[in-house]
Amino acid sequence: MKVNKFMIGGLFILAAVVFLVVSSSQANSEYFMTVDELSTKGASVMGKSLRVSGAIIGDTIQYDAATLTLTFEVANVPGDNAEIEAQGGLAEVLHQAVIDPTRSRIKVIYQGPKPDLLRNEAQAIMTGHIDENGVFHADELLLKCPTRYEEAVPEQAASK
Amino acid sequence: MVADFGYGILVVALLVSLYSVVAALVGVRTKSAALVESARRAMLLTWPLITLSALALIYLLVNNHFEVSFVYEVTSRSMPTYLKITAWWGGQAGSLVFWSWLMSAFASLVTLRKWDRDREFLPWVIVVSSVTVAFFLMMSVVFENPFARMWFAPSGEVIKAMLQPAGSTAVPLQPDGRGLNPLLRHPGMIIHPPMLYLGFVSFVIPYAFAIAALVTGRTDDRWIRITRRWTLWAWLFLSFGLVLGGRWAYDVLGWGGYWGWDPVEIAAFMPWLTGTAFLHSVMIQEKRGQLKQWNMILIMLTYALVIFGTFLTRSGVLSSVHAFASSPIGPFFMGFVALTFVISIALLIWRWPDLRSETEMKSMLSREALFLLNNLLFMSVLVICFVGVIYPLVSELVTGSKVTVGPPWYEFSTSPLFAMLMFLMAIAPLSSWGLSSQEKLANINKPVLGGLLAAPVVAYAIWWKPISEIMGSLPGVVISLAIILIVVVLMYLFRKLLWQSVLVASVITAYLAFTYTQNLIALIGFFLVALTLMVTLREFWRATRARQNAQQENFFTAFSRLIGRNRRRYGGYVIHVSMMLMAIGILGIELFQKETQGMIPVGQSLKIAGYTVEYKDLASWDEADKGVNYTRAVVSVYKDGTYLGDLHPRKDFYFDSQQSMTIPGQRPTLKDDLYVLLIDWQPATTTGATFKIYVNPLVNWLWIGSLLFFIGVIIAAWPDRDPEYVPARARNKAYQPSSAD
Repeated sequence: MKVNKFMIGGLFILAAVVFLVVSSSQANSEYFMTVDELSTKGASVMGKSLRVSGAIIGDTIQYDAATLTLTFEVANVPGDNAEIEAQGGLAEVLHQAVIDPTRSRIKVIYQGPKPDLLRNEAQAIMTGHIDENGVFHADELLLKCPTRYEEAVPEQAASK
Repeated sequence: MVADFGYGILVVALLVSLYSVVAALVGVRTKSAALVESARRAMLLTWPLITLSALALIYLLVNNHFEVSFVYEVTSRSMPTYLKITAWWGGQAGSLVFWSWLMSAFASLVTLRKWDRDREFLPWVIVVSSVTVAFFLMMSVVFENPFARMWFAPSGEVIKAMLQPAGSTAVPLQPDGRGLNPLLRHPGMIIHPPMLYLGFVSFVIPYAFAIAALVTGRTDDRWIRITRRWTLWAWLFLSFGLVLGGRWAYDVLGWGGYWGWDPVEIAAFMPWLTGTAFLHSVMIQEKRGQLKQWNMILIMLTYALVIFGTFLTRSGVLSSVHAFASSPIGPFFMGFVALTFVISIALLIWRWPDLRSETEMKSMLSREALFLLNNLLFMSVLVICFVGVIYPLVSELVTGSKVTVGPPWYEFSTSPLFAMLMFLMAIAPLSSWGLSSQEKLANINKPVLGGLLAAPVVAYAIWWKPISEIMGSLPGVVISLAIILIVVVLMYLFRKLLWQSVLVASVITAYLAFTYTQNLIALIGFFLVALTLMVTLREFWRATRARQNAQQENFFTAFSRLIGRNRRRYGGYVIHVSMMLMAIGILGIELFQKETQGMIPVGQSLKIAGYTVEYKDLASWDEADKGVNYTRAVVSVYKDGTYLGDLHPRKDFYFDSQQSMTIPGQRPTLKDDLYVLLIDWQPATTTGATFKIYVNPLVNWLWIGSLLFFIGVIIAAWPDRDPEYVPARARNKAYQPSSAD
């Protein structure tokens, strides 16, 4: 049957796609973690590519314009959407996270322009890794401020 | 009052569109032409109704009716009128009405056409369009009402409702609204969503005809011929929406990029992928009567992905640059996608035997085989995108820990496929329908072509493992493309037809290797670009000369008539050329982007890639009527000691939203784009200001290519004199390589 060679070609491409996805996943995926998980796992995830979400604590924001070094602390927020909704929505969750001193926090260092949306009680979604001191080095920083805009809020992308 | 009117009309529009669904269905059942006609009129009525409702909304937006929650959220007194109007689609509730409005406009347009020969399609086109319109109107009426007012519940919470809920008190009229997010007050952002929406809704039309064809059993290529231009326009709008989004990100977000593989970007990209595959594969059905089942699957997937894409932006499921606040409508969208998809597939299975191919695909090098390969590659990219989007959800289910994938993952997995697509574009003009002729591609040794296709995968497998652990990504791509390169060169050196093109492309690549870059990925990319450009331009040249001789016309007449008589084919080649220009821009910014940053006092400068950027001055002032504080720096740009001009990077601070916006100073040239950001400044200018500077080589070819793309689609979509009645002549002449397509 003539179709066969096309089927073989198709299977071939399928195999290639599977291979691409699998190989790419091993090299380039990031573990999504909450601040809590990060504090408990600590050293075991050192050097791994991580994606962490947290609430920005406004008082801790420091920006050194000479070196473009931004440091701040984030407090734990739940990673699960349903949980966030159950606790009254993102704005409320972020607010609670910031005013509650018992929440686990991590320090974040980011090099680059200070993002326009960076402020107290914004949600930071960061990609990067942690060092031996438990400081998170962010390569990429996404921000979301649900308090001011409940609708149509683009976060701002910032990457190195 | 106006709000009540707008809402009331919206409810009426919903009822009318539901009526048109029911009337069309009953009309078909009872074979009542009158009832179908009534359904058609009802469908035509929805557009003016939604327009009225939209006008009411615009009236509220323009006249600062802040008692309406949506108006309060997206406008403020300081916004100019045109921005207040465009705020219509700046927020979720308004954008849903906007979607319905566009959809009903398109549905009305299509029902106004002459139906003489296709009357049996009409009721089903009405059903599909009206169901879609009704679904979106229902979301507006029930969940995301843009006319809702704000009330204080007894608990103190703010509730949004049309009528005063029991026990609540009215929220006092706010003196000013929150204002549209400043990031959205950009020309690119004003046109970007409507373009995307236009693309989305116009893909509903070919889908509606596909369903009509399945239900009525008229499964020949009639539905494809009717909707060919709809599909092209849909594709144009969607493509332009994507490009404008990229341009907006580049101009406004201040990160020197244009595409971040964000889930919502991918959500808009996925229907583009299936749509592009569809555009190509319908030609095989028209010319050769093959792939009928496949075309049905493609258009169904496109429709599902359009609704899914709209859903992704609204569900809050994914964390994304574009995510709207999470909203109760998410599950309904999912339900709607699932329901329509299941019904579509059921219809397809029912008609499966009628959709058999009329002819058999014989040669692996015929044009239809290349189109099939193109389809498989687009579907592969789609699969990768889809896997990437759902990766976090799946990995959490399977392993318990949430794993996400970012831009490197997508780049790593899709770049070999994009390279293959570029190669296909290079050889596209050499292929022909049916069996390849002697002069054409069949001449190529089949084992060689097999090797060509197999080599990258094998090379990838060998190369990838040991090296990627050290370097992270991309070396596999390098080697696989290097092998393509070598094989192509070997193959074509022995071919009469192509060797000039290969030679020119090789010379250009070698020149670039000596003067510009030694980056292997870039060289392979540039080689493929040069090869495609050479082969395609050669085809224009060859065909024009042939016509010139045959018709005794001068060169320009021959050229324009050549394109005019074969719009689809030559429009397609223009699009391929534009894709190559865009590829140059993408290769440039992805592989050669340079950046520097630093705090410098006035009079000092930063150096990058041959440029010297000197800080001259800084001024900060308020514009009270606009509600903005501007801080603007003046920097002078020098290259090799020559003064080139001043740039003015800015930071705008919007008082109403308490948010700043970083506007780069840009100096675009064909060679590169100098992109200066003002990051921070000290009150005393002697202390200095902080700048971040990018040099993005070749990126402007991306925007130039997108303009050429526009021209190419216009050529391909330009109406023929009588497109509906062109007989399927080409099918009988399928062996003739240059028959009009």
